[in-house]
Amino acid sequence: MLELGFFYLFAGLAVVAALGVITARNPVHSVMWLIFCFFNAAGLFFLLDAEFIGILLILVYVGAVMVLFMFVVMMLHVNLAALREGFLRYLPLGGAIAAALLAEIVAAGFSGVFTRVPNPGHSGGQVNNTVEIGKVLYTKYLLGFEVAAVILLVALVGAVVLTIRKRKDAKYQNIARQVAVKPSERLRKVRM
Amino acid sequence: MVPLSYYLAVAACLFSLGVVGLFLNRKNVITMLMCIELILLGVNVNLAAFSHFLQNLGGQVFIFFVLTVAASEVAVGLAILVAFYRNRRSIEVEDINTLQG
Repeated sequence: MLELGFFYLFAGLAVVAALGVITARNPVHSVMWLIFCFFNAAGLFFLLDAEFIGILLILVYVGAVMVLFMFVVMMLHVNLAALREGFLRYLPLGGAIAAALLAEIVAAGFSGVFTRVPNPGHSGGQVNNTVEIGKVLYTKYLLGFEVAAVILLVALVGAVVLTIRKRKDAKYQNIARQVAVKPSERLRKVRM
Repeated sequence: MVPLSYYLAVAACLFSLGVVGLFLNRKNVITMLMCIELILLGVNVNLAAFSHFLQNLGGQVFIFFVLTVAASEVAVGLAILVAFYRNRRSIEVEDINTLQG
């Protein structure tokens, strides 16, 4: 009963926050709503015995990705009025498509195939979710794990390459010249 | 005890709201990226629900991979956005037409 109450709390707030993300006038508010949505989703993950993923969502998503979003939103000087133009023009089309999608997925979810799956209950404190994930991640899914590492590296290098900028007015060292310097260029003997 | 279908319904709501957001915010690339995050979050809730109800950890490992890909996608997407803003002083989708697609 308590679990159902928490489920409704987290689920309701997550959906409200998702609505806030798509309707907020200011992108900064959108980011804030999305952070709230991720927190509630993390609550849902905790209810599902996926503690590691829940913590990962808060640490990596809220802590890193949303801060990156916030940084970019605040760095770019955006004309908010222009971005809101034609906001409702695509509402009928988008709303119809999304309503159809929602109806289909919910119908599939409640069709009886999935309602028959029994709830396995909670494992309590005996099972350590992080240890279990580690056991399969480093054995069965090792190749995927390494590919994920390469993807992250490529994204890191790509982001740096895309945004790096040589400034013309900045002063740079000429390393080659610095290394090749001779004592005669720097040192002058003065006769006293 | 919360049945599996409830989790599927929440995930469907998050997914559909993300799709609506993509349609509504067609001018704002940043909000579009956030809507993609919402869609991926809906998928993740689905994966976690099935992982718990089928007692199979593969779902949680897949959430891990989805998070990895989503994080790199956001990093590269925002980097492209910043580079574009430097060149054009605008991030409106309609200005992104240099390739004449």
